[in-house]
Amino acid sequence: MAASPTEKPSFRVIGTRPVRHDGFDKVTGRAKYGADYSFPGMLFGRVLRSPHAHANIKSINIEKALALPGVKAVVTSADLPEAPDKMVAAGEAPVNLNHLSSNVLAREKVLYDGHAVAAVAATSAHIAEEALRLIEVDYEVLPPAMTVEAAMKPGAPIVLPTLRNKEDGPDKQTNVANHMQFTRGDLAEGFTQADFIVEREFKTAMVHQGYIEPHNAVGIYGGDGHATIYCSTQGTFNVRALSATVLGMPEGNLKVVPAEIGGGFGGKLVIYLEPLSVLLSRKTGQPVKLTMSRAEVLRATGPTSGSTIRCKMGATKDGKLIAAEIWMAYEAGAFPGSPVGAGAMVIIAPYMIPNFKIDAYDVLVNRPKTAAYRAPGASNAALASETVIDELAEKCGIDPAEFRLINAVKEGSPQVVGPPFKRIGFVETVEAIKNSPHYKSKLEGPYRGRGMASGFWFNVGLQSSATVNIHSDGTVSVVIGSVDVGGQRAAQAMIAAEVLGADIKDVRPVVADTDSIGHTDVTGGSRTCFTTGWAVHDAAQDALRQLKERAAKLWEMKPEEVLFENGKFVPSRPSEKAKPMTLKEIAGRLGRTGGPVVGRATVNPRTVGPAFATTVVDVEVDPDTGKVQVLRATIAQDVGKAIHPAYVEGQMQGGTVQGIGWALNEEYFYDGKGVLRNTGLLDYRMPTCLDMPLIETEIVEVPTPGHPLGIRGVGEVSIVPPPAAVANAIAHAIGVRMTQLPMSPPRLLKAILEKRAANETQAAAAD
Amino acid sequence: MAKKTVVETTINGESMEFLCEPRQSLLEVLRDELELTGSKEGCLTGDCGACTVILDGRAACSCLVLGVEAQGKSITTVEGLASSAGLHVLQQKFLEHAGLQCGICTPGFLMSAKALLDHNPTPTEPEIRYALAGNLCRCTGYDKIVKAVIDAASTLAAGSKAA
Amino acid sequence: MATVVIPSLLRKYTGGADRVTVSGRTIGQVIEELVSRYPEVRDHLLENGDVKPSVAVSIDGEMGTGGVLDRVGETSEIFFIPAIGGGC
Repeated sequence: MAASPTEKPSFRVIGTRPVRHDGFDKVTGRAKYGADYSFPGMLFGRVLRSPHAHANIKSINIEKALALPGVKAVVTSADLPEAPDKMVAAGEAPVNLNHLSSNVLAREKVLYDGHAVAAVAATSAHIAEEALRLIEVDYEVLPPAMTVEAAMKPGAPIVLPTLRNKEDGPDKQTNVANHMQFTRGDLAEGFTQADFIVEREFKTAMVHQGYIEPHNAVGIYGGDGHATIYCSTQGTFNVRALSATVLGMPEGNLKVVPAEIGGGFGGKLVIYLEPLSVLLSRKTGQPVKLTMSRAEVLRATGPTSGSTIRCKMGATKDGKLIAAEIWMAYEAGAFPGSPVGAGAMVIIAPYMIPNFKIDAYDVLVNRPKTAAYRAPGASNAALASETVIDELAEKCGIDPAEFRLINAVKEGSPQVVGPPFKRIGFVETVEAIKNSPHYKSKLEGPYRGRGMASGFWFNVGLQSSATVNIHSDGTVSVVIGSVDVGGQRAAQAMIAAEVLGADIKDVRPVVADTDSIGHTDVTGGSRTCFTTGWAVHDAAQDALRQLKERAAKLWEMKPEEVLFENGKFVPSRPSEKAKPMTLKEIAGRLGRTGGPVVGRATVNPRTVGPAFATTVVDVEVDPDTGKVQVLRATIAQDVGKAIHPAYVEGQMQGGTVQGIGWALNEEYFYDGKGVLRNTGLLDYRMPTCLDMPLIETEIVEVPTPGHPLGIRGVGEVSIVPPPAAVANAIAHAIGVRMTQLPMSPPRLLKAILEKRAANETQAAAAD
Repeated sequence: MAKKTVVETTINGESMEFLCEPRQSLLEVLRDELELTGSKEGCLTGDCGACTVILDGRAACSCLVLGVEAQGKSITTVEGLASSAGLHVLQQKFLEHAGLQCGICTPGFLMSAKALLDHNPTPTEPEIRYALAGNLCRCTGYDKIVKAVIDAASTLAAGSKAA
Repeated sequence: MATVVIPSLLRKYTGGADRVTVSGRTIGQVIEELVSRYPEVRDHLLENGDVKPSVAVSIDGEMGTGGVLDRVGETSEIFFIPAIGGGC
C-alpha cells in the first residue's frame, strides 16, 4: 500500500477491517432484497413488451386478458396522466416528462425491442404471464436505426419525431439530440509541431451493467391516496420523485422503502417497475409485486452506449503530447441522454495537452434508453485515448509509465473544461504501478504481453443527510439515506465510531426510507462515502458538541472547558465535581441534563474529489482461437482516504473485472430487425471465477482538500482503464492493434489471420 | 391450472411436505411456498448460480429443478448452513475476507463452496475456481471470494485434524 | 472584476472572445451582464430564472451549489460546463 506524501492523522477505527454490520443477514439468507418481500393479499405483475424495435401502436385490446380468471387489472399508458414534451423538476435534475413516462409505458410508438406496452396484475405470476399472451396489440412496423452511423445518415428512420437540436434548428427532424464541443489552443499549429501522429477509429459495443439481481418493486396503494414502494434501488428519493411525476401524484404521498440491493452500478438509478407497481395496486386495491426476468433486464433496462470514436493525437519526439482531435458519437438509445458529454470531458483528462478539439454527439437509436454504468462514457473514451497514447509512446521509444508521467496533470493543471485541478493523485497512481511487484516482474513466453492504461472520473458531491442518535446505554445508531451497495453501512458506522470514541460494535448503521431521513441523493457517482461520510462525520461532531455541553452541566463548567480525548470527556482544569466520563457513562445521564442527544447534519459540498486509476494487465493470447487469458492484473487508485480498506479494495477489484469483461466478451447482438438475440447470461458473457486471476490492488491516498476525512470517492474509476489496458497488452502480445470492443475470440482470430496473411504476402514479395 | 401435487422432501434436515403445480420450479417453491427466500433468482436459465442449493449431496441450480422432482430428496439451502452453535466456517470466512459486496450471489456461492468442500476438503485454487465457475458475481471480481474459500478449506481441514 | 471563460460553442455569440470580464457579486448578476452584452447566450445559460439544469458552474475551481445565488469574488474565475449525469 503506497503511502501518501502528506501528513496522515492516526485513526483508531478508520482504516481497520471490521466485519460489516449487515454481514450476518447477508450470509444467512435473511437479508431482504426487493423480490423477497411478501404481503397479505399480494398480487403478481408482469409487463407486456414490444417485439419490434420500432413501430407505431395502432391499438391495444385488453379485454381477453382481463377476462382470464385470476387477472385483476391490466394497464397501459392510457392509465397514466398526460405527459407533454417538456422538462419538469423531478429528482436531482429536470427530466423530459414525455420521455420519462413513455419509457415506463409506451404511448404512440414503441422505440426498442422490449419497450413496455402494458402491465398485468394477477393472483399468480404464471397467470399474469398467460394474460400477457391475450393482450392484442396492433403494430405498424417501421424500419429501425440501430447504429450511430445509420442514425446520423440523411434519410435515417427518425426515432423521436419531435426531437430537435439547437444547431439544426426548429424545423429539422433529427436523431442527433445534442452536440458538445471543447477546444483549447490551435489544433492545426499543434499537429504541425508533432513528430509522431497516430489516428485511429474505434467502435465499442453496447454493454450492460450486469447486476445479478433483476429489477423489482412492490407497490402498496392505500385508500387514502398514499402509497409505499419497496424496491431495490440506488436512490430512494430519486424513485420517489420520478415515480410521483409519472403517476401525477404529490411526491409527499409516496414513500419509498429501500430493500437490500443486488447490484446497480448505475442501472438502478432510474425507474421501470416502480410506478407500475403503484398503478396496479391503485387499480386492484391490493399490494402488487413486479420482478423482471433476465431477458427483460437485458432487453429493456438501461445498458450503456455503444460508440464510435475517432481519435488523432500528436506527440513530440521527447514524449510531449501536443495536439488531440477527437470525434465521438454515443448511442443514447430511444431517448436523449447518453454519457457522451462526460466521455468528452474525461478522454484526455489525465494529460496536459495544449491544443485540442473534441466534438461529442448524443445520438438516438432504436435501442433501450441508456442508463449510467460506472463512470459512464469513460471506458469507451479511454479505450481510444489510452491505446493511441500507447502507440505514441512506442513510436517515441518511451516506456508507457514514463510517457504518462511526462504529460501528467497535477495540482493546478487545467481540466478539459477549464477549471484547474486541486490536489490530485494521478502521478501517485502511475508511480504505484511502476513500483508494484507486478510491474517489476518479468513477463516471458510467446503470445504474452503487458499493457497499461490510466483513467479519470470526476466524482460528484450532491446532497446527503445524517442523524446520529446517542442511546441511553451509550450505543449509537447512525441513520443515513444512502442505500448500501457493498459495505457502506460499515464505513459510516466506522466514521461515527471514530468521532465519538465508540467501539465499532456499539454503533448501528441504519439505511432509512424517504420519510425517516432528510433528502439524500443517490448511491452513485462515487459520492456515498464522500458526501454521506461528510454528513455522518458532521452529525457525530454535532452530537459530540451536545455531549460536551452535558458534561459541562454536570461539572458546573463552561462547555469550552470540556475536552474529548482518547474516547473520554475530561475537564481542561482539575475540579472536584469533574470526573472523566466515557460515552457510556455520560449517555446514562442524558435524561437529567436536558434530554436525548441527537446529532444531525446535512451537506451539499462544493468540493469534490476527482479520482485517477492506473491499471496494468498481463495477457496470453491463443493464436489458434483468439482467446485471451488474463494472467495478472494490478490496479492503483487514488481513494483519498480508505475508510474500510477491504471494501475499497473490493470496489477496485470489481470495477477492474467488469472492465475486463467489457474488453473481451460482453456485447449486445441485435439482428437485422433490431431484435436482441443474446437475452441470457450464457450468451451475454460476463467474466466467471475461472476467467480471472487474483486482482492486486495498490491503494493510493492523496486526501481531498476540504473534506474532513480526506475521502475522495472510490466506486467508479476502476472500470475506466481495463479495456485499454487489455487492448495494449494484446498489442504487445501479438502485434495487432484492436480498435473494436469486445476483443472476442472471433474478432481477435480474424485480426491474427489477417496479420499472418499480410506478413506472408510481404515475405513473398521480398523473395 | 393443473392439480397440485403433494411433495415430501427433507429440507435443511427437516421433513417437509409442500403442495405445488407441475410447472413450479424448486426455486419458486422454496421462495414463494416455503418462505425460504435465501436462494435468489438471477436468470432462471441456470447461468448465474444465484439459486444454487445442495440436492442429494450435489450443487444444483434450483431454477432448473421442478418442485415435483424434489420428491424423496434431501435439500440444503443457505438457511441450513448455520447451526445454533453459530455460523458455518464458510460464512464466517466470507465475512472476514469481505467476500461479498451486495450479497445477492453469496447464498449461491456458499452452497457451491460447501458442496465442493464436502467432496474435496483440500482443493487447490484452480479447483476452487473451477467449482465456482457456475456462480456469477458482478461486484467483487471474485478475488476475496476465492480467498475466503481457501481460508475456509484450510480452517476446516485443521479443525478435523484436531478432532 | 470576475472573469468568465466562454464555452467553445458559445464563442460565436461573443465575437470569438473566450474570456470576458464582468462585474457582479452573484452568478445571477454575472449572467445578467453577459446576457445584456451577448443576448444569444441567454437560452444556453438560463431557464426559469435560474441556471439551466444542464449547466454546472465552477467558481474558482469549486462547484457551485446555489445556482444564481452563488457568490462571486472580486477576482473569481467562472466556467460554465455541461453538468454530468447524476451518479453512477
